[in-house]
Amino acid sequence: MLAYVVRRLFATIVVMAVVAFVVFLLLYLTPGDPAAILAGDAATSEDIRKIREKLGLDDPFLERFGQWLWRLLHGDLGVSIFTNLPVTHLIAQRVEPTLSLTFCTLVISILVAVPLGVVAAARAGSWMDRAVMAFSVGGFSVPVFVLAYILILVFSIELEWLPVQGYRPISEGVWEWARHLVLPSAALGTVYIALIARITRASMLDVLAQDYVRTAQAKGLAPGGILIGHALKNAAVPIATVIGIGVALLIGGAIVTETVFALPGIGRLTVDAILRRDYPIIQGVVLIFSGTYVLINLAVDLSYMFFDPRIRY
Amino acid sequence: MRRNLRWFAGIALVAVAAAPWSATLAQQKVLKFIPQADLRILDPIATTAYITRNHGYMVYDTLFAINEKFEVKPQMVDKHEVSKDGLTYTFTLRDGLKFHDGQPVKSADCIASIERWAKRDALGQKLSEATESWKAVNDKTFTLKLKTPFPLTLDALAKPSSNVPFIMPERIAKTDAFKNIDDPTGSGPFKMVKSEWVPGNKVVYVKNTDYVPRKEAPSWASGGKVVKVDRVEWIYIPDSATAAAALNAGEADIWEQMPPDLIPLLSKNKQVVVKNIDPLGSMGMIRFNFLHPPFNNEKIRQAVLYAVDQNDYVIGIAGDKKNGKPCYSYFTCGTPLSSEVSAEPLKGKRNFEKAKQLLKEGGYKGEKVVIIDATDQPIVHSQSLLTLENLKKIGMNAEIQAGDWGTLITRRAVKEPNDKGGWNIFHTWLVGPDMVNPAVNFPIRGTGEKAWFGWPSDPKMEELREAWFKAKTPAESKAAADAVQKRAFEFVPIIPTGQFILPTAYRTNITGLIIAPINLLWNVEKK
Repeated sequence: MLAYVVRRLFATIVVMAVVAFVVFLLLYLTPGDPAAILAGDAATSEDIRKIREKLGLDDPFLERFGQWLWRLLHGDLGVSIFTNLPVTHLIAQRVEPTLSLTFCTLVISILVAVPLGVVAAARAGSWMDRAVMAFSVGGFSVPVFVLAYILILVFSIELEWLPVQGYRPISEGVWEWARHLVLPSAALGTVYIALIARITRASMLDVLAQDYVRTAQAKGLAPGGILIGHALKNAAVPIATVIGIGVALLIGGAIVTETVFALPGIGRLTVDAILRRDYPIIQGVVLIFSGTYVLINLAVDLSYMFFDPRIRY
Repeated sequence: MRRNLRWFAGIALVAVAAAPWSATLAQQKVLKFIPQADLRILDPIATTAYITRNHGYMVYDTLFAINEKFEVKPQMVDKHEVSKDGLTYTFTLRDGLKFHDGQPVKSADCIASIERWAKRDALGQKLSEATESWKAVNDKTFTLKLKTPFPLTLDALAKPSSNVPFIMPERIAKTDAFKNIDDPTGSGPFKMVKSEWVPGNKVVYVKNTDYVPRKEAPSWASGGKVVKVDRVEWIYIPDSATAAAALNAGEADIWEQMPPDLIPLLSKNKQVVVKNIDPLGSMGMIRFNFLHPPFNNEKIRQAVLYAVDQNDYVIGIAGDKKNGKPCYSYFTCGTPLSSEVSAEPLKGKRNFEKAKQLLKEGGYKGEKVVIIDATDQPIVHSQSLLTLENLKKIGMNAEIQAGDWGTLITRRAVKEPNDKGGWNIFHTWLVGPDMVNPAVNFPIRGTGEKAWFGWPSDPKMEELREAWFKAKTPAESKAAADAVQKRAFEFVPIIPTGQFILPTAYRTNITGLIIAPINLLWNVEKK
């Protein structure tokens, strides 16, 4: 297994190198000039030319890529063109909100979705199964921002239970931290719950039709024990795969949620950087995303051994 | 289990450690302000972005400032003298001026700051042309020697909008004017807490307890800058529906500029006031590319004048006539130089037949007109749609090429024809103070390659502008400005599309908001 992990980690470096080059090339080819944005609406062409010169934006592609790569090898992701703050600092500022949102969404989603999927499978064809599937279809269909506004209207404006927007670091108190994450996690988690519930149900239905489940039932084991101890464990591989992919999507894809709830996460950092062509931030974030994504997939692959002892690397 | 206990103990410790800090913050008067945009650039000289200008007013001070009567008033300056020949200005600074790092404000700081500003600002460059030297007499007194009289010297030093001649410490002001500074040390009424700055989310300022306000009442950016809160937090909320909800729920105190479609929603809340506190508003405009057909032809530009109905643009931008009005002037309506001289082509019932006739006279051959649009900027987007409709009505072959604002402002710098990535029309807007006179109104300038995007070349306009600079009395100034406007309606460097205001919304416990064309946060009280 160790050899497999080392091989995969090596592959991660190769993937990140390819991503770094492709992203740099794409940004080079994409229309947009940070110097023009930095100078402001009233600037002249001459002002922009001078700013481009100062920022080194007119340097040849390979020279710029080489400089960036050299700094990267020294652990320096560069400095934002606009704020003059180091990219590592800007990403570090955004990691906690994003990880918090991801963690809360994941916990809520797994705690809700897996039992729903198991119950739906155990009572396949019943009203409970149909209700879970209806919820699932609804969860997929309602856009996150619509759900977010509804939650804000009900829980923040009408009931005044929870804040509308913003994020409080955990260092300012667990209660405030959690209060600010309930609505974003609920809004973001609904799609995720729908997805995991459906996969759980499908996977469980498949397993419940297996001979060993029938044998367990014939032996007189308790239905709960069969469902959890035998069926769910064997149905877990596809569920873990979906959760793993979902974690990566949550880290990078919570942009709408972060925008609606004004959470200063990595998703918004990326979108803002793209809109203003802040190349060092885009390059830094994409590089870190790609590394994270590969590592999460590695963790998911390794988790299969836990769920299914037949899998060996 | 033991591991879980450790985890909970850790969280509890963090919470307990943070408690005193939270309690201190709770005792402070904190003003939560939703700004119009995200603050990304700290240098008000490196950019003309209004959000950076507003940040500048928080942390910096100015030598002079304009009041609501458009009079120049001393601000950091205690007294000043002008020699009889108008060639030497002597300035003496007020007592007690200090930068946020504790250093006193000295003449050298003021000179370095003005010199850096003058390298970037058009009016500053004009002042530079007339300047022989700046000299420090002592730490508190400095002189400006001119080569030729420049009657607008004090107006330049009191310029209210981008770029504002803010005073910075000499060590910072010595930075190249084209390099973006990141040290927000100023001598203004607020200090920026840079360690708490989260770009895209929050900017924190605290009261500068060392600041010595003037005794006069505040009027625009002049007068006493008395800070009545301990801390100001700019909370950037990109989604306007969320911003409205945050104000409704009391999570924010002031929303600087709200979109008009949310006015009915907020007006229902008795705890919220929606008010126009900007007396000058902003001016929308159509800008042509003068390098390529068809708008390199004066007749064809004039044709568009007859097709534009400012009433439509005001509704398109501001949603309601209450938040805007037509302004048939190249100078901000409601200011001394605005007038309707020669404005007939833009006023009254639209004359599409006249427009078509001018197109014919101009030899329009159906060339494609590319309007570059930014769909992420509602003010730009609504104007683009209206202009497309108007051009089609008069028989022009127009199309919109949409992108985001970042793409638009990059593409508008392209001088190639529209089939090679160029353009023919873009739209934007300027705040009222940026169009009050020929000195600051840069879109009307005709300096060709050196002019603003579109690059019009109009030596006659430049001559008339020069004549305005030389005016010695208000009457002469008005007459010269009228001549500039007359020329503008002939040459059509831009087409003004109306004057609009995006209202400010605030909670009823907020008082003391200054009525001014810039959102200023001193004098604001939270009860």
